[in-house]
Amino acid sequence: MSHHIVEAQDLHYTYPDGTVGLDGVSFRISHGESVALVGENGAGKSTLLLHLNGYLSPAKGAVRIGDSFLNQKNLNIIRRTVGMVFQNPDDQLFMPTVFEDVAFGPLNLGFSKVEVERKVAEALKTVGVEHLSKRPPYKLSQGEKRSVSIATVLAMSPDILVMDEPTSSLDPQARRRIIELLKTFHHSKVIATHDLDMALDLCERTIVIHRGKVVGDGPTQEIFQNEELLRSSCLEKPLRMQSCPICGTAEKKKHWKFFR
Amino acid sequence: MLHGAACPVYFMNNIGKNSFDIDYMDLLASGNSLLHRLDPGAKVITTFVFIVLVVSFDKYTISALIPFFIYPVVLVSLGNLPLGYILKKLLVVSPFAILIGIFNPWMDQRILFNIGSIGVYGGWVSFFSILLRFTLTVTAALILVSLTGFNAVCASLTRFGVPRLFATQLLLFYRYIFVLTDEAERMARAESLRSFNSGALRLKTFISLSGHLLLRTLNRAERIYCAMQCRGFDGYVHTIDSRRIGYQEVTFVLGWSFLFIFLKYYNIPLMLGKIFTGGFL
Repeated sequence: MSHHIVEAQDLHYTYPDGTVGLDGVSFRISHGESVALVGENGAGKSTLLLHLNGYLSPAKGAVRIGDSFLNQKNLNIIRRTVGMVFQNPDDQLFMPTVFEDVAFGPLNLGFSKVEVERKVAEALKTVGVEHLSKRPPYKLSQGEKRSVSIATVLAMSPDILVMDEPTSSLDPQARRRIIELLKTFHHSKVIATHDLDMALDLCERTIVIHRGKVVGDGPTQEIFQNEELLRSSCLEKPLRMQSCPICGTAEKKKHWKFFR
Repeated sequence: MLHGAACPVYFMNNIGKNSFDIDYMDLLASGNSLLHRLDPGAKVITTFVFIVLVVSFDKYTISALIPFFIYPVVLVSLGNLPLGYILKKLLVVSPFAILIGIFNPWMDQRILFNIGSIGVYGGWVSFFSILLRFTLTVTAALILVSLTGFNAVCASLTRFGVPRLFATQLLLFYRYIFVLTDEAERMARAESLRSFNSGALRLKTFISLSGHLLLRTLNRAERIYCAMQCRGFDGYVHTIDSRRIGYQEVTFVLGWSFLFIFLKYYNIPLMLGKIFTGGFL
């Protein structure tokens, strides 16, 4: 049995105001795979992510995590298996101190005090923010908040990581640190993002969503070469795959000195 | 049309700077004095006993309340707390106490005693007594939070029977008051940059801004609840129980409580006065 498999089968979801969120989304993500979920604003990426841990229930279709279909009975087990990192760390970090925030999940899972302290220490160490343990989250920088958000999820030892825009509103160095950190994880990953360069770095596979439908699914390199698909989905090539900004040709080496 | 400090938008613009520098209390609470290290529960109980005894005096009591100042004075000095900051916070809330007692001199015109040939109304005495009690109790509460931290106070409240739901609400309120004030400040800044001080619409704008703030708050509340559920929230915020009741805590609670009870039943200033004026002879 593998808990690391995520499968969406013909998911449909409409918001109470009539907006169609998902319109027949299907895919299967296997053990250890890292998948980017890309699409324009309002394409349905976040709606899809909220289905993967059972926060939203589809009007039609089903979500399978590991060997079980998601339902009310196994919701808690699924939420432990699928760790969700939200787009805005201020929504994710609601406890008074970093330590208490990271301990929130393990305490809800019923671990002992010693076990909780060990899990918190491990999670904070993994993301490199042990020194922030006693700080209140609102005092942290965006990059630190993001790292702590990831730690809050890691402390629950999930098999699958689901992230919504993990690099948004970060400065370039903080962004690079998060990318390098995520590279070290061996979990199955689903990352919703507009940062296509990050998708190139982290994800071997990309799913393109447009108006609640999957319009592209394949190796990241291939998807990002498909200009027609990107244009119709309101996306554009990652910066590093675009032509040279000096002479407009694909030959960047000619003006390499400007990019060093 | 409202201008300056009376203008609600001006208030929103400065909300973070003025009234809510309560995070400074967290900074104070991170100190390392003996009082800081005491278990929060011990400080909560002692403050509770202090407040109950201070408010239990007769409405005309003044002299018997004076010795109670020993508690805030000792705690401020041993805890290295900035007296100026505590007094400033006291001043911020003082209008409430003044409003409560300001009409007493008119309501109660019974002459209690004479100073020279001037009769002093009971209303003035009770007004002054209210101000004293207010100063003592509010200072004690401020000192408690400055030595312990708001969150530790909330956490220990549940140990004394305060409903967990209420404590959770206090915790979340304290966590998000900063986020909310930030959001209010950003909205007010955006408004003031485009209003060019054209005052006339400002109250109307304020109402609209407040409405938007409420909607944003509701949206945020939903997202936070979602985040909590994703990490197994079951209606209760579980915390690690780190209570440590040692001889220091017991000494602190019992020592102060006995002193307060002694001060309640023995009017020290009156006794001293009698000694000096020969009243005991």
